Amino acid sequence: MKSRRSLFALPYVVWMALFVVAPIIMVVIYAFTSAGVTAAEIGDFTVNNFTGMGTYVSIFARSFQLAIIATIICLLIGYPLAYVMAKEGPGFQRIATVLIMLPMWVNFLLRTYSWMAILENNGLLNQFFDAIGLFDLINGIFGTDITFFRMIRTQGAVVLGMVYNYLPFMILPIYSVIVKLDRSLLEAAQDLGANSASVFRKVIFPLSLPGILSGVTMVFVPAVSTFAISRLLGGGTHMMLGDLIEQQFLGGAYNPHLGSAIALLMMILVVVCMWIMNRFGEGEEQAVML
Amino acid sequence: MKKQRRVGSRVFMALVFLFLYAPIFLMIVFSFNAGNSNVIWKGFSLHWYTELFQDRSIMQSVYTTLLVSLLATVIATIAGTFAAVGFYSMGRRARGALMTVNNIPMTNADIVTGVSLCLLFVAVFGFWNEFAANYRLTLNLFGTVYRITFPQLSMGFGTMLIAHITFNIPYVILSVGPKLRQMDRNLVDAAQDLGCTWMGAFFKVILPEIKPGIISGALIAFTMSVDDFVISLFTAGDSVSTLAMEIYSMARRRISPEINAISTLLFVIVLALLVINNVRESRAQRAAARRQY
Repeated sequence: MKSRRSLFALPYVVWMALFVVAPIIMVVIYAFTSAGVTAAEIGDFTVNNFTGMGTYVSIFARSFQLAIIATIICLLIGYPLAYVMAKEGPGFQRIATVLIMLPMWVNFLLRTYSWMAILENNGLLNQFFDAIGLFDLINGIFGTDITFFRMIRTQGAVVLGMVYNYLPFMILPIYSVIVKLDRSLLEAAQDLGANSASVFRKVIFPLSLPGILSGVTMVFVPAVSTFAISRLLGGGTHMMLGDLIEQQFLGGAYNPHLGSAIALLMMILVVVCMWIMNRFGEGEEQAVML
Repeated sequence: MKKQRRVGSRVFMALVFLFLYAPIFLMIVFSFNAGNSNVIWKGFSLHWYTELFQDRSIMQSVYTTLLVSLLATVIATIAGTFAAVGFYSMGRRARGALMTVNNIPMTNADIVTGVSLCLLFVAVFGFWNEFAANYRLTLNLFGTVYRITFPQLSMGFGTMLIAHITFNIPYVILSVGPKLRQMDRNLVDAAQDLGCTWMGAFFKVILPEIKPGIISGALIAFTMSVDDFVISLFTAGDSVSTLAMEIYSMARRRISPEINAISTLLFVIVLALLVINNVRESRAQRAAARRQY
């Protein structure tokens, strides 16, 4: 009886073989071969795709740097928010969860485009600073002659875009772990003489670690591979790994072999992240998404 | 002291929500702008809304987005539910291995999933098209000769739909799985002892138990499909485009305020649905609470 019901999974197993496993094998094949004579053919085995990546070291470095900064900022905002949210009443919590998910229904490109209007040299934020007399004040003190802060087309703007887009992915996993914490544990700690700071440090924080790890992965992986955000807010001058891959497939620098090699490296990065997460305990159970 | 801290946490929450909603608010406001700027306000008008409904390419892309999301959600929900039931009646080892593969599209960066599917489609279609160009089937039926030529294939709506289904199913499985684990296994045995066939047990016992998981899985799948841009970009080819792709190709020049208008409309619809759902849920809860007394 039991084994017959497990046949229900058969169609999906076939589907996974075709559209999850086979594409990854394609990436591996492309990563280790050179271009063939025609577009459909592939050439000989080579590792040049990997050794030739040296020219892109600066892009790798920038991607990781910006993604790490964005992840840290997300954690610094997301953890306290999840923490205070979990202390509110149930009705408030439900509305807050919905409010955090709701922006995802507006396409992220459009939200990012909205930020362009805010950060532009003559944009709303600079207009606001002008209106409250901030520039006059600065010019008065330093004797400078500025009429705007340069915010768009900087790395800071790219980080802001990433934080903005991926913050919900940090808040929700942490929140869902904290809200499920056993209240009696906290009370026990207090009864045994811990003050609220050490309750947090010794009980709440260690127990919410799975949520943090899942949030960090869910922010870092898309952040390091983003390409539209850096194009819109970074003005195309701050190219990132995602932009590099996209150019190899859809852009002018058509070279799917190099693109596959970079994608393969990214996949390995994800596997390493997942491995670390699983070491910290029930990754599968705690990877609560939304 | 305690009250102060509560006020502090409320202010902090309000600031984060301001950060999350400022761009959306701006988008809504400027969809009613008379001018075509996103920065300078020139007075109220519904100009962009009327313009929007006459814009064939944007309406077409909205239609494509909704169609691909709906189809992918329906297929992924059905397939994912069956797959989850199958997974949970397997042994621990087999399930663990399959779940690892199942998690790949969810944890991989979108761009990696998109690129890998793109490579697969290009390679398969490359072989197929070469084959189709060189061979044709000749049938001789009752003296009449039929020549069947194979069609040339290229990426389009179909490949995009396959990609959406592929990244949606894991979310369905992830939300159905816990419900299956919570379910009392004896229920199925009891149903079968009482004369249910195993198919009957599935439809009459398992399905009602896991229904909440299926619904939330479908919701997540639909959200993911609507919000997706990267995977669609790599698998849709040149012939079709979703709303996100339309926006992306506009962003190189400048985005028409019509996009603000369509996004505002979609946002308001979703908001209304959520409010209705929330009201209904809390009413049902209150009714249930009353019944208990």
